[in-house]
Amino acid sequence: MQTHDTIVALASGQGLAAIALIRLSGHDAIAITNKVFKGKDLLEQASHTLHFGTIRDGVKIIDEVLVAVFKAPHSFTTENAIEISCHGSPVIVKEIIKVLLKNGARLAEPGEFTKRAFLNGKMDLAQAEAVGDLIHAETDTARQVALQQMRGGFSKDLAVLREELIHFASLVELELDFGEEDVEFAKRDDLRNLVIKIQHYITPLIASFDQGNVIKNGIPTVIAGKPNSGKSTLLNALLNEERAIVSDIPGTTRDFIEDEIVLGGIAFRFVDTAGLRETTDIVESIGIERTLERMNKASLILYLYDLANTSIEEIEAQEALLTGLSGAIIIRVGNKVDKAKAELLNYVNAKEFVLISAAQQQSLGPLKDKILEKVNRQEVKQGDAIVTSLRHYQQLTQTHEALERVLEGLMTEISGDLIAMDIRQALHYLGELTGAITTDDLLDNIFSKFCIGK
Amino acid sequence: MFKEYDIVVVGAGHAGCEAAAAAANMGSKVMLVTMNMNTIGQMSCNPAMGGVAKGQIVREIDALGGLSGIVSDKSMIQFRMLNRSKGPAMWSPRTQNDRMRFAEEWRLALEAIPNIDFWQEMVSGIVVKDKRVVGVRTALGIEIPCKAVVLTNGTFLNGLIHIGEKNFGGGRSAEKASTGITEQLRSLGFESGRMKTGTPPRVDGRSLDYSKMEEQPGDDIPGKFSYLRESKAPAKQMSCWITYTNESVHDKLKEGFDKSPMFQGRIQGLGPRYCPSIEDKINRFADRERHQIFVEPEGWNTVEIYVNGFSTSLPENVQYEALTKIPGFENARMFRPGYAIEYDWFPPTQLKMSLETQLIDNLYFAGQINGTTGYEEAACQGLMAGINAHLKIKEQEPLILQRSEAYIGVLIDDLVNKGTQEPYRMFTSRAEYRILLRQDNADMRLTEKGRALGLAKEGRYQQFLEKKEAVQKLTQELNNIKVNPDEVNEGLERVGNTTIKERTLLSNLLRRPHIGFNEIKSLNTDLAVTFNKFDEEILEQVEINLKYESYVDREQKLADKIGGLENYKIKVDFDYDRVKALSSEAKEKLKKVRPETIGQASRISGVSPADISVLTVYMGK
Repeated sequence: MQTHDTIVALASGQGLAAIALIRLSGHDAIAITNKVFKGKDLLEQASHTLHFGTIRDGVKIIDEVLVAVFKAPHSFTTENAIEISCHGSPVIVKEIIKVLLKNGARLAEPGEFTKRAFLNGKMDLAQAEAVGDLIHAETDTARQVALQQMRGGFSKDLAVLREELIHFASLVELELDFGEEDVEFAKRDDLRNLVIKIQHYITPLIASFDQGNVIKNGIPTVIAGKPNSGKSTLLNALLNEERAIVSDIPGTTRDFIEDEIVLGGIAFRFVDTAGLRETTDIVESIGIERTLERMNKASLILYLYDLANTSIEEIEAQEALLTGLSGAIIIRVGNKVDKAKAELLNYVNAKEFVLISAAQQQSLGPLKDKILEKVNRQEVKQGDAIVTSLRHYQQLTQTHEALERVLEGLMTEISGDLIAMDIRQALHYLGELTGAITTDDLLDNIFSKFCIGK
Repeated sequence: MFKEYDIVVVGAGHAGCEAAAAAANMGSKVMLVTMNMNTIGQMSCNPAMGGVAKGQIVREIDALGGLSGIVSDKSMIQFRMLNRSKGPAMWSPRTQNDRMRFAEEWRLALEAIPNIDFWQEMVSGIVVKDKRVVGVRTALGIEIPCKAVVLTNGTFLNGLIHIGEKNFGGGRSAEKASTGITEQLRSLGFESGRMKTGTPPRVDGRSLDYSKMEEQPGDDIPGKFSYLRESKAPAKQMSCWITYTNESVHDKLKEGFDKSPMFQGRIQGLGPRYCPSIEDKINRFADRERHQIFVEPEGWNTVEIYVNGFSTSLPENVQYEALTKIPGFENARMFRPGYAIEYDWFPPTQLKMSLETQLIDNLYFAGQINGTTGYEEAACQGLMAGINAHLKIKEQEPLILQRSEAYIGVLIDDLVNKGTQEPYRMFTSRAEYRILLRQDNADMRLTEKGRALGLAKEGRYQQFLEKKEAVQKLTQELNNIKVNPDEVNEGLERVGNTTIKERTLLSNLLRRPHIGFNEIKSLNTDLAVTFNKFDEEILEQVEINLKYESYVDREQKLADKIGGLENYKIKVDFDYDRVKALSSEAKEKLKKVRPETIGQASRISGVSPADISVLTVYMGK
């Protein structure tokens, strides 16, 4: 079992936690980590040593981490292994795994670490049985992940494209296996067009994973409102609640996640918060135009009204400004609800305001629910498919790579058997996204559609 | 009457002949029992060997030390390398054979093996003691004691021949069916089913007008199946001919549909979709105006012609009248009508990967009894069953070929793990490692194994080593010789390739599409001299290695990755019920198939990757 590729996965539980553990195993585990780790040269370090440093994607720092080095055969799997302890934000975990994938690791199958450990003779039966339940849990999660409806329904579109590709794969196989007979051949131009069509479909999906605010930076969110409406208090209230477990660990709070919260698995990044921290609100000093410009950059705006000190007329005036904003989701928040007059409360209740008291951290729950509801509904409405699962991302990327080779092959006019190899790979990965494909599918398609056989 | 044999082989078709030869050549004392010694090695269907995917199998049989390749070479009347225009993984050798000589060569080859005895009679049952086979019983009541039995009954088990509304018992045209074995095996707990296949009419070549057909000659330079130098291609070849059916042929055939045993439901057996009868073709693909007919001579000296593509079980007069509507067949005289045949088969999921049955120790099945179709498919199973029966009685580990090693491995793995719903034929698309499983490298893949078994003899092995060495030497030279632009650019332009700008390794030039040794040799005379000293076979091998390198590497990596699980064995008596985390479907399938390795388990339909993870963790006490 020496030829294993290097696998990576989150070893600690899914979801929010103070610390997350990412594990790599395989021949190149140390080398791959070393490529993205800034600190000591991990290749030079002894087994069972711990190193502090940063994980970077290019120049961008993703997180400060502790890296444990285990050299074969003295690891859990008996292969070279790395354990990265990072901060427990799902966003950080995804980013780190992503950069490791980019550098040559492969996402582990459910239970693959245990499988390797077991197959390499590291565990005896008693130990194996002890982790059996764990494995089972892992696979259930994996199953759920697989079944989870993909955002924007791209799986349905992909299934249609895959059907078309199967048809072409059948034509190519047909000319290979039955070339001696009186059969139609796969038209190379049509195949090229189909491949390009699929590439056009999946390229933005892949990009959505890269650029999608959801994964990379969180949804850019702005808290806006008149001075003294309680913006800073709301920000801190939200951050404190959602970031608590991170800040519990001394020294773990750093700027780039400081202004980020995770709700329902979606990250929200508060932009332009610096101003909110100033004792004097500079937003006021730069004027209303700057405020609007700032809000225009956001995908989500929490617009705050000070219900204790605002009249209905003032609200209506500000609403008029807000209607000029396009694109962003705006959630109206009535702050200081505990000090609001009854007349005003009646007015805002009719207007679907979320009422809170940021200072007393009262009713933040409904606000969070509202945020999630709006964000989800908005995305479905926009119909922009966004890839959020690392597994989907990886499958799409592999499909893309295989299809690129198909195009390259068509260009250099390589023979059908080689083109078929890449088409099969593409079908395999597409199949993982949408449902399995086997060679039997191809043969069935051939036999049902073509008259062959002497 | 008989002393104890090591192995009794029942049936002397492609599977039985290979099984007997392999076991005997490895040192077993073999008794070959056949119902008719005059039909040993009979080609029951078309007079041809090989073809796409099948030709690769014949090469594999030869590389291991089987005889089908040699017998085919000796009896060929035409050689064609199919799919030449496609990549080397698709190149597929195919021969037309002299039917009578093919059978004769098999008989002579078997007679030349001292360890083989013959007995002509019908085997009516096996003798079983404590779940182990210890002999066979014949129709005359004779018992032949032995340590292992290979059953290769072909289409003979309760064979039923259909022509129009008539049907009669028979294993082949004019040959009796075999009875007794199915019933006994069923009583022992085996499942069986019915399959169907068919064959076209034979006609008198003197009555055909070839001027109305297209000629299909053999290759200008004929190749051969066997890697052995002493096995030669023939000096001259015979042509086949191509003609087509038309609407009036179809109309005539349709008149017989009400008497078709297929359409009237008299045939219950499963037929192959890829080898349909002509009535099936015009019925299912009604929009096709014509179907191809291959007119194949049956041998050097006979006038008999095989009408390939016209398999039918319609009434003989309908067959005849429809034939005469085919261009070139206007005055055709029919020798024998086509017919359909139904026979018993045993779902191969009841086998181990060695082809030994799970129920009865030392009992092996090979060929159509396992639900396959085709000479090559049968022959390779016979070879493997013969090898493994011998190994079993010598208490050695069976030979199991991986899917990445041979089409033979793909075939047996598919049969045992997936079973089949129709007569199973090999296609290249069944192999996930098609680029690795080429006809040119079957020896590189398998001859070492054949030698370890004692099946590939010393002479073959020496030739293999010489080839290997020459390939290495030539590869080395190509990696050393650099050419200057002025030496080759003129030639490169002439063959329509991009010119080079700096000194370039010849190996890199050869990696280019459309540049082969023939082109390299044409670039300048010095190079021609360098390479002319190598055999064509060596040049071809090196060229393919270079051109396919990156693809082969990728496939090999994939194969290695998956291969790890193949080495991980599961105990025969592993208790799947103990593993609670397995899905119930997986448990049921695993208990039925009883996979021998984790890799095999992973290919069983209904067993998910999650089940495999669970299994690997729980296993290995």
